[in-house]
Amino acid sequence: MSGVNDFAIKLANVNGTGSASANGLIMQAIFRMGIPVSGKNLFPSNIQGLPTWYEIRVNKDGHTARTSEYDLMVAMNAETYDRDIQEVVSGGYVLYDATWPLAASRKRDDVTFLGVPFAKICNENFTEARARTLMKNIVYAGTLAALLGMDMAVIQEMLAEKFGKKPALMESNKKAIELGHAYAVEHFECPLAFRLAKMSATKDSILIDGNTATALGCVYAGATVGAWYPITPSTSVFDAFKALCEKFRTDKATGEKRYCILQAEDELAAIGMVIGAAWNGARAFTSTSGPGISLMNELIGLAYYAEIPTVIVDVERVGPSTGMPTRTQQGDIMLCAYASHGDTKHVVLFPANPAECFYLIVNAFDLAERLQTPVFMLSDLDIGMNDWVVPRLQWDDAYKADRGRVVTKEELLAMPKFRRYSPEDEQGVAARSLPGVHEKGACFTRGSGHNKLGHYTETPSEYQEVMERLTRKHDAAKKLVPAPVVEKRPGATFGVVTVGGCDLAVREALEGLAEKGLAADYLRVRAFPFGDEVSAFLASHDRIFVVEQNRDAQLRSLLVLETTVPKDKLRSVLAWGGFPMQASFVAESIAAQMEVRAS
Amino acid sequence: MSYIKKPVARHPSLQTNKLGLTVRDYEGSMSTLCAGCGHDSITAAIVRAFHELDTPQHMVAKLSGIGCSSKTPTYFLAGSHGFNSAHGRMPSIASGANAANRELVYIGISGDGDSLSIGLGQMAHAIRRNVNMLYVIENNGVYGLTKGQFSASADLGSKSKKGDANAQPPIDPVMLALTIGATFVARSFSGDKAQLVPLLKAGLKHDGFALIDVISPCVTFNDHEGSTKSYVYTRKHQLPIVETDYVPPAEEIAVDYEEGTTTRVTLHDGSVVVLHKLAKDYDPTDRKAVVSYLQDRHASGVVPTGLLFLDEGGVEMHAAAKTVKTPLARIPFEELCPGNAALQALQKAYR
Repeated sequence: MSGVNDFAIKLANVNGTGSASANGLIMQAIFRMGIPVSGKNLFPSNIQGLPTWYEIRVNKDGHTARTSEYDLMVAMNAETYDRDIQEVVSGGYVLYDATWPLAASRKRDDVTFLGVPFAKICNENFTEARARTLMKNIVYAGTLAALLGMDMAVIQEMLAEKFGKKPALMESNKKAIELGHAYAVEHFECPLAFRLAKMSATKDSILIDGNTATALGCVYAGATVGAWYPITPSTSVFDAFKALCEKFRTDKATGEKRYCILQAEDELAAIGMVIGAAWNGARAFTSTSGPGISLMNELIGLAYYAEIPTVIVDVERVGPSTGMPTRTQQGDIMLCAYASHGDTKHVVLFPANPAECFYLIVNAFDLAERLQTPVFMLSDLDIGMNDWVVPRLQWDDAYKADRGRVVTKEELLAMPKFRRYSPEDEQGVAARSLPGVHEKGACFTRGSGHNKLGHYTETPSEYQEVMERLTRKHDAAKKLVPAPVVEKRPGATFGVVTVGGCDLAVREALEGLAEKGLAADYLRVRAFPFGDEVSAFLASHDRIFVVEQNRDAQLRSLLVLETTVPKDKLRSVLAWGGFPMQASFVAESIAAQMEVRAS
Repeated sequence: MSYIKKPVARHPSLQTNKLGLTVRDYEGSMSTLCAGCGHDSITAAIVRAFHELDTPQHMVAKLSGIGCSSKTPTYFLAGSHGFNSAHGRMPSIASGANAANRELVYIGISGDGDSLSIGLGQMAHAIRRNVNMLYVIENNGVYGLTKGQFSASADLGSKSKKGDANAQPPIDPVMLALTIGATFVARSFSGDKAQLVPLLKAGLKHDGFALIDVISPCVTFNDHEGSTKSYVYTRKHQLPIVETDYVPPAEEIAVDYEEGTTTRVTLHDGSVVVLHKLAKDYDPTDRKAVVSYLQDRHASGVVPTGLLFLDEGGVEMHAAAKTVKTPLARIPFEELCPGNAALQALQKAYR
């Protein structure tokens, strides 16, 4: 049940009215109070006018997966009043703008309505039309601060950081916060039963979104060329990469840049640019979403067959086709695992949160160059665009980038003849030569049939020899990719496998199930191809639930195709409507299926 | 293709360049194109251009898409890295390669199908981006490898080997390039070495994107209906199994004419192209005047050749991006990674 540091609120707003910054402010203040928190922005594919929601979940135990059990609804959009009011839990609260009366028909007996004349307050206290609209958000933030027992010192500190250099803005924001706070203190019993109390659970954490963390990882991995085409929800990867490069890679004196960002004409070109740059020896990457991967399929096959290290970030959104660009899904697992025509198999990494985006993207560059092949990192809109509380990122200064097998000029001079695709090492990789080093390294890169000498071929045995080596490379990846996360429970009678951003919801669900006597072991896949640990987990459990966010159970399909697990052993738990996974859904789905089995 | 291997021996009288290399040292492997193909003439001109520029081969990257023209980078500069990429995608791969290493000399070889149909967008954007490279379109108005379909540069009313007349107007890469800001635009004819070699050299030296559209007759698929070497004739006189494979040998078409004069060239299909070599006093620096001149000439059925437009004041991709002079691919990792102390400092902003 809800209580101190354990509740959820939802804020219903109109897109483009400035609510995003107020909502972010509330979430950040809770984080600074040391309390585990999550904020999920449920926004429309729209710039201005459509309904938009923001959800905040506070949980002292760190269960911050999305929940739809809202204790408090901040109803700021008259257009969506009806459904917003219906969504509040019985015994919960609705905070609304009482400048206009709320129709009695909309009210619920089991919910407390807290009316604050936000518009009226703003009209009386601010003169500009723009300020009157914008400040409404800050006023309700002040009201929430009172209702939830938020530390006002924390809020003042944040406002000072944000508007320190803009005194006029600082003044109006401070005034708005105080107006909202004072009204609540005067008219309501503050704070409510569910409220905030300072903790120290987040002092070693940061608040960061996955796209920023990904970009940061690219900077730390030494990526110098990035090519992209704008697409929701991945655009902010390059926004952040640019900002970080300006900070870390731009010579302050000369303005010279040690990076090159190419905004391509489309994703066909973006991936081509990455391939060209990587062929030439730079660490290069692109970032996109499902529709971009569809377009990139052609050249992904070229990179695979010509063996060019390529790093591709896919921040998944809801498909197929344009789908729902501002909603989340894990619908590109199969697409990426086997991208492009012909026989292809790729290395795919699956981060569960922004911190893993940072670490796994570095792995991606190492793997791509070690194996000379495309490597995908599959994030999603929820991870990529929402702020998450994650442990402060650490960088090991002893880290050495694995540039893979690249022949030097000295090595070229010492060898009788350089051959691009032989001899291979124990991982099936042959050394590559870079342009601009020495004539002896000259070779021809092509997507057409070639033999192990790099020559054009249409001879079956020669073609197959190279393709079989690519299979060996893919197999070698099993030992190189990040291991799965496994959590064993005493007395576990079944297993649960999941991937990516389902992590928090599934682990919370498993805690609840264990309390009910349904103990399960947990495995979160972090990479494809699947290593021995995944196979061992599948082999050691008779019943396994696979939890993922797509209609067709893509992770389950991939497990069935790529391991020896019997298909019937794997049951699916699927939520794929576009919102992040909820623990209650996972727990109920598993419990229901277990009961069916028991009866 | 010819099955006679090139002799390895060099004629003692072959001149060497500043690197002590003869023109033969700049060749590649044997061409597998049809005998007499205009593309082979262009290859020979490229070999000469690089030889005359004393270019070290390892400092050249040669890229192409897919098609007959795109096969040719194997036939020149054996000492250079080559990239035979995907159909219509060479411009993006060249752009990325150039982003990673601005020190190399880039030559992209494409055809009319590769550049004007499937790759039109990429070529246009490489021009807009002003990637520092020489971009050669070996333009024959036809898809060779898939046996004779019209390309987007085929003239209105021209006939395919099946006798269909082309009903769509051509895309002229020269006019397109001029309208989207290209800074070096030229046109030539594959058989005109005297004109082509200097143009290639100028294009290679140009600081920015240099486009040379080279009319390059297809000996096989732009064939003449009445000819005994035409497909109609071949179909009647060959066994069916041989039919699609039979390619009549032909001679390459060479031209040699003076600046400021016009010459009529009969192509393999019997059609005639009227070339006009720009006079010495032609001014290639006024974009508006150049466009107008070309439109006038087009109306009178004449194809002007030479350096049509030149703007030496253009800003190439790296200059616009303010990229460091050192090739990005050569900056050591240690200089790129900010380290843990910087990471900890940065994260103060993520609280």
